[in-house]
Amino acid sequence: MNGAADLGGMMGFGPVMPESGEPVFHGDWERRVFAVTLAMGFTGSWNIDQSRFARESLPPAQYLSSSYYQIWLAGLEKLLLERGLVTAAELENGKAGSASAEVKRVLNAGDVGAVLAAGGPAERRRSEPARYSAGDRVVARNIHPQTHTRLPRYLRGHAGVIHAIRGAHVFPDSNAQGLGEDPQWLYSVAFSARELWGTGYPDTDRIFADCWEPYLERA
Amino acid sequence: MKLGSSDHNHDHSELSDTELRIRTLESLLAEKGYIDPAALDILVDTYETRVGPRNGAKIVAKAWTDPAFRKWLLDDATAAIASLGFTGRQGEHMVAVENTAGLHNMVVCTLCSCYPWPVLGLPPVWYKSAPYRSRAVIDPRGVLADFGVVLPEGKSIRVWDSTAEIRYLVIPERPAGTGEMDETALAELVTRDSMIGTGLALAPGSFK
Repeated sequence: MNGAADLGGMMGFGPVMPESGEPVFHGDWERRVFAVTLAMGFTGSWNIDQSRFARESLPPAQYLSSSYYQIWLAGLEKLLLERGLVTAAELENGKAGSASAEVKRVLNAGDVGAVLAAGGPAERRRSEPARYSAGDRVVARNIHPQTHTRLPRYLRGHAGVIHAIRGAHVFPDSNAQGLGEDPQWLYSVAFSARELWGTGYPDTDRIFADCWEPYLERA
Repeated sequence: MKLGSSDHNHDHSELSDTELRIRTLESLLAEKGYIDPAALDILVDTYETRVGPRNGAKIVAKAWTDPAFRKWLLDDATAAIASLGFTGRQGEHMVAVENTAGLHNMVVCTLCSCYPWPVLGLPPVWYKSAPYRSRAVIDPRGVLADFGVVLPEGKSIRVWDSTAEIRYLVIPERPAGTGEMDETALAELVTRDSMIGTGLALAPGSFK
């Protein structure tokens, strides 16, 4: 969707302000939001693309005026309500007022190390061969789905060159809608800065993005 | 810090509301049996004390001193990095990109906050902020200037937007005058920002 999260190329946010000696978390509430979000993700009640969509579909004004972990918390609450894992009344008063829903698994303390070390690889098998090869010229499609996509607005309609094939990966546009993983070939695509932003850029500057095959057509 | 601003100050009334909400939520989810509170503590401890940019620095220092490892890292970063024991969540598919005399690489996630956790830890606030995510792709040299980095005239920039599950690690240029240094000493020169591409490796003797 064309939401507030799709920030590439926007202006007016001011300079980047690194914080010297920055702690990993700013306050205990950030620790808790982080850990609760990971632990709930492990229950298998939603996938990573659905959790990304829950955050990026927040109203733009809310998204931009929240801090990062406030966005995580809002996305988490949304998913918990949507999946019927908690009720609005329970969220309000913090006490269980209904039976618990079934979850696929619960992350136990003893399993955390192994679960983090295993991660969640996104590469899958796909029987059809990749349509494009390194060096092929392609154009990023001009698409504006109301659902989740990982094709940023600033690339749509622009021409680039296939830099590398990354393998076949879970297709977020499908997975975020609960329509299955539908693995698609994933390419690293090189776009010249001049193609994206116009003149005034060195002609050798490039922006690389990882694009699934359905995002591309042959130039 | 609000995502859309450069200001580090928090609105305290808003923050206390958030603090209350997550505390309430955590106890509710535990009561309902969805989460194990002891697991939460281990998750926090893992990223607060055990996983961080020192992992990435080891990889870079090894690449600087071991040509076979450097080649492996550039050909198959996931396997090369796993050989040093760094694997897992948000680092399942790694690609290493190397800075050279003519080329500077910089990594961003314009859509969210994708970042190679096993080698760099959790991302800093600025990496997730709107100022960085919006400008890294359209004004990378301006962003570098915010970090006090000015590239030599004629150097090309490659910006890597982490739009999929591929995670990028920048191998910064090895600083001059480090020919005699061993891997451990070299790793001290490798900053987090130099592996994102918003900084350069430190010159010997210029420890921060």
